Amino acid sequence: MNSALAQFQDAFAAALLATDAIAANPAVAALVSQPGFMVYRNTVMKGCIDALQANYPAVTRLVGEEWLRAAAAVFVRAHPPTQAALVHYGAGFADFLAGFEPAADMDWLPGVARLDRSWTEAHVARDAAPLDPARIAALPPEALAGLHLQPHPAARWAWFGEAPIYTLWQRNRSEDADNADSGDIPWQGAGALITRPQAVVQWTALDEAGCAFMATCAAGLSLAEAAGAALAVRPNADLAALMSQLLQAGAFAADTIMANSATTDPEPEQEQS
Amino acid sequence: MNTTLTAGLGLKPEHYDAALTCPAAGLWFEVHPENYFVDGGPRLAWLEAIRAVHPLSLHGVGLSLAADSPPDREHLKKLAALARRVEPALMSEHLAWSAWRGFSYPDLLPFARTHEALLRIAANISLAQEALGRTLAIENPSHYLHIEGHNHDEIDFLTELSRRSGCRLLLDVNNVHVGARNTGYSAEAYVDAFPAALIAEVHLAGHTHDALMGDALLVDSHDMPVAPAVWALYQRLIARTGARPTLIERDANLPAFDDLLAERDIAHAMLQRASSTMAEAA
Repeated sequence: MNSALAQFQDAFAAALLATDAIAANPAVAALVSQPGFMVYRNTVMKGCIDALQANYPAVTRLVGEEWLRAAAAVFVRAHPPTQAALVHYGAGFADFLAGFEPAADMDWLPGVARLDRSWTEAHVARDAAPLDPARIAALPPEALAGLHLQPHPAARWAWFGEAPIYTLWQRNRSEDADNADSGDIPWQGAGALITRPQAVVQWTALDEAGCAFMATCAAGLSLAEAAGAALAVRPNADLAALMSQLLQAGAFAADTIMANSATTDPEPEQEQS
Repeated sequence: MNTTLTAGLGLKPEHYDAALTCPAAGLWFEVHPENYFVDGGPRLAWLEAIRAVHPLSLHGVGLSLAADSPPDREHLKKLAALARRVEPALMSEHLAWSAWRGFSYPDLLPFARTHEALLRIAANISLAQEALGRTLAIENPSHYLHIEGHNHDEIDFLTELSRRSGCRLLLDVNNVHVGARNTGYSAEAYVDAFPAALIAEVHLAGHTHDALMGDALLVDSHDMPVAPAVWALYQRLIARTGARPTLIERDANLPAFDDLLAERDIAHAMLQRASSTMAEAA
């Protein structure tokens, strides 16, 4: 790709995202100085920034649109999209915010961004029937310990020990969030379970024990081992209530119920604080 | 050409419910397939619901056919899968590039229409059409720059691409108007010279004036109603070519669905008149 067309595209692409007007290729330098070049520059930047704003609504509400768009412009120049489908754009935005100096006094912001990202992943995930709670209820209690349940393809979970990330996120995720809870947020750890058993993404609080339980299931281990992991982080965890909560939320896939056989399914991406 | 399509609308998520139940005759919808490159979830379910009641067109913005590299295989695979899923009445892309060396630039970028570019783009279109098992309609983009080194004018270039690849053409009348104003050619002459037999689809859209440059720089912003000058060009076109499936694009500053439908009905009525005039002349 060293043709005249390739050289033109190299220089044009570099000039699109550059903050100054320098273009190595003389043909492109002649274009950058024309007023029309700004139309391309603006369209590309606006398209990327609009996508980030759409994909990170809770972050946007918390920091304000102006701050978000300024931060997004820095992100776009460092990490341009790698695919045309911008619904997937911004996978690294939470990590970027964690190292972004102007966000240093908002140490909760990357966690909120991780949950916005989890929402998008749930929204676009493969369709699958959730495991019907009645199928588990029908099993004899002694059969449960050896079961291996795979998380539903849309299920995402994350525990944040340092700050009420989930509470901040869920109060700022929806358009009408201003009218929802507006009380003081107790400053303590809060985790999330995000699922999409059918068409609509839904979410609920999930404690540290629940997140450990899901991570153990995702690793292909048995319910007995998942229960052990949950009790290891929270010795007084109510496992029956936890199991009921997970099943009601559609956290497991119907077609992956297997007794006494570890699976080799890849584990879904999950967020850790 | 599918003769049942008259005038259609770009479909935005805000209008899904209204679009689903709209009974207008000849109505069809167009989407950017890239917005449906997902494994599952509500987006695909919405699109399939619309497709069950209205013809659909997939109008790609990301295949980057004018890049000096073959189209991305993963992108083509997803596009082919979506086409199999929704069986579109029309499929189109642009005479432009938007991906280069692994990065994607969400715009329709220009190039010099050299012989070298012609060979590359014709090969890219052929490769894409083979992967899709369908013919694409290739759209004339908007122009904002005076680029040196063209060996072909745009209509020659598009016609030659069609001859080499078998592709058809999508004539965007607003892009003709915007490009004519920005780079100084005659929009009327362009529309008059465009090869009628190759037109699979026509686009109409609104544009704005650049905030700094005003009248001297028009932007193909798709955020306004179709301008009177563009309607006039469109009338001139269809008086010559007869009716062609025509789409009104609106991507921002979205009005209510009924307002868009009223604008679409103007195009629909013009197409009906063009058809009957052609029939009388025949």
